Amino acid sequence: MSKAILYDSTLCIGCKACEGACAERWGIPYNDKIASEEHISAHKLTAVETHGEHFSRRLCMNCQQPACASVCPVGALQKTSLGPVVYDAEKCMGCRYCMQACPFQVPSYEWDKRLPKMRKCNMCYERQSQGKPTACTEACPVGATIGGERDDLIAEARKRLAEKPGSYYQKIYGIQEAGGTSVFYLSAVPFEQIGLRTNVPMEPLPDTTWRVLELVPDVVSTGTVLLGGIWWITNRRAEVAKKEGRR
Amino acid sequence: MIRLFGKITVWRAIFAAILLSGLYATYLRVMYGLGGSTNLSDKFPWGIWIGFDVMCGVGLAAGGFTLVAIVHIFNIERYKPVLRPAVLTAFLGYVLVVVGLIYDLGRPDRLWHPLVMWNPHSVMFEVAWCVTLYTTVLFLEFLPIVFEKFGWHKPLEWIHRISVPLMILGVLLSTLHQSSLGSLFLIVPSKLYPLWYTPILPLLFYISAIAVGLAMTIFESWHSSRAFGRALELPLLASMARVLAVILSVYLWIRFLDLSHRHAFGLLTQNRIETWLFLLEIALMAVPMVLLYQPGVRMRPGALYACAVMVVFGFITNRLNVGTAGLEAGAGTHYLPKWSEIAVTLSIVAAGFAIFRAIAQYFPVFEEEHHEPAPAEAVGATEETSRADREVCPT
Repeated sequence: MSKAILYDSTLCIGCKACEGACAERWGIPYNDKIASEEHISAHKLTAVETHGEHFSRRLCMNCQQPACASVCPVGALQKTSLGPVVYDAEKCMGCRYCMQACPFQVPSYEWDKRLPKMRKCNMCYERQSQGKPTACTEACPVGATIGGERDDLIAEARKRLAEKPGSYYQKIYGIQEAGGTSVFYLSAVPFEQIGLRTNVPMEPLPDTTWRVLELVPDVVSTGTVLLGGIWWITNRRAEVAKKEGRR
Repeated sequence: MIRLFGKITVWRAIFAAILLSGLYATYLRVMYGLGGSTNLSDKFPWGIWIGFDVMCGVGLAAGGFTLVAIVHIFNIERYKPVLRPAVLTAFLGYVLVVVGLIYDLGRPDRLWHPLVMWNPHSVMFEVAWCVTLYTTVLFLEFLPIVFEKFGWHKPLEWIHRISVPLMILGVLLSTLHQSSLGSLFLIVPSKLYPLWYTPILPLLFYISAIAVGLAMTIFESWHSSRAFGRALELPLLASMARVLAVILSVYLWIRFLDLSHRHAFGLLTQNRIETWLFLLEIALMAVPMVLLYQPGVRMRPGALYACAVMVVFGFITNRLNVGTAGLEAGAGTHYLPKWSEIAVTLSIVAAGFAIFRAIAQYFPVFEEEHHEPAPAEAVGATEETSRADREVCPT
């Protein structure tokens, strides 16, 4: 079983309690100025955005098959069986391929540091592995963000859509996006109107590169035989030509 | 025409100015990090240090593996005079790519991490290994030139003995990572503009690398003939240009097929920057292709050189389109390199020219005839067939 988060935009009151709790959990400073920033960054791993009369909360989607973890050349990012995608800063060499690969543009970089790290939400892996809820779900006063088992949350989201069809755009963001995520969104309006990317592929992104990478052993073995064979033939021809004195 | 390597002090002044600005940019990079020295952002994490220094650097060095394959594996000995400069360009190119990476990585002190911390699912991991191994191979391919210079016969013989497997390994590694630089972008289907995003990116990167490898060989032959007062190997370069024309045709035809299968031609009616950059890139490949089919163009040094330069710029435009410009709309932001990014890049290019010139002056890079340490050394140039092959075994 893996943990997930359900964020219901129709319930969110934009109080930003989740932001404060998140900053505290990471030990990152949080003040009015930072609270007014409406985008995630290396010093703000979750952010509540205002889109007209709707709120939308951004955080790492902790994908089921994360592009970031698949592209990391040193394996600094890992999908845990618990659900969170965790990051080992000690391995990271700062190539920023995770940032390029993420379809949700989540990973942020400490651009101004001399020894920078990537930063992103890890769905409170440390807390959740001790059986505690994430800091943001614990802090949310209205239940707009709830945590739980992924399957249970999908069932809960479907129940809400069925019970109040008039209040919701009839889709759950995160079930298929990028092959499935660990964060789900419910919204009153189509998702692009609350700032979510709707052009994200519905297939797991690691497949796009693996389709090519899995050919590497074939290319190497076939190539060796082919090149070795060509050399053997052309070299032999040259030797024979030389023996016969036809230069 | 201005001579690139000439004694004219204007060029030396420009060279010094570039290196000085690069030095100051280096200071900014070290003291103030990537934030203080680049225009990169969370939305746009890769700039010209990846798009040019790495992606173009590796591609422009492709002449090394292309000519090794032509001369030593296909045994077309005619091309031997341009082999060594191509290997030298490749070796320098890869060393400079690593220098570029040291600027670009957030933690350059961990450059070695992929060698011990594996993730075989990562294209970058594969590229890291291939580039490391291939730079080693290029070093070994270049070593005989050093051994010859100092008359060290023992090590020359030793390296001679492993040269065939070494060259095959070099061609394989190049095939893998030249194409993999394209595979890097397969993971961004929703970000890369559809004129460039295609599942066959690795194939396109591979073919265009071979094309630009040949173009670079013509380019450097022309420059070195002027710099060192050598005669230009014109018939040789002309026949290489013929091959180049065919490879460009294949490349452009595959791109045409790709766009038509993906029904992407409609995008060209949109008046946006991507359309114009795409057309520029295609024109810089198509025009030299058409020209190089004319014998009159192939046999005129100036025209031949101009065609090679166009191919090189077409290639650079393509890599910058895929690596930077084509990602802007998808990332929802604009990126223009900061002056310090450009200063570092220009310094690396300038250093490349200068080091090439210095090495070519002191080592027998352009010595035509020649005690070339090749596996097929004693063998005549031959594409012709011979009779039944029996007893003589290779190597």
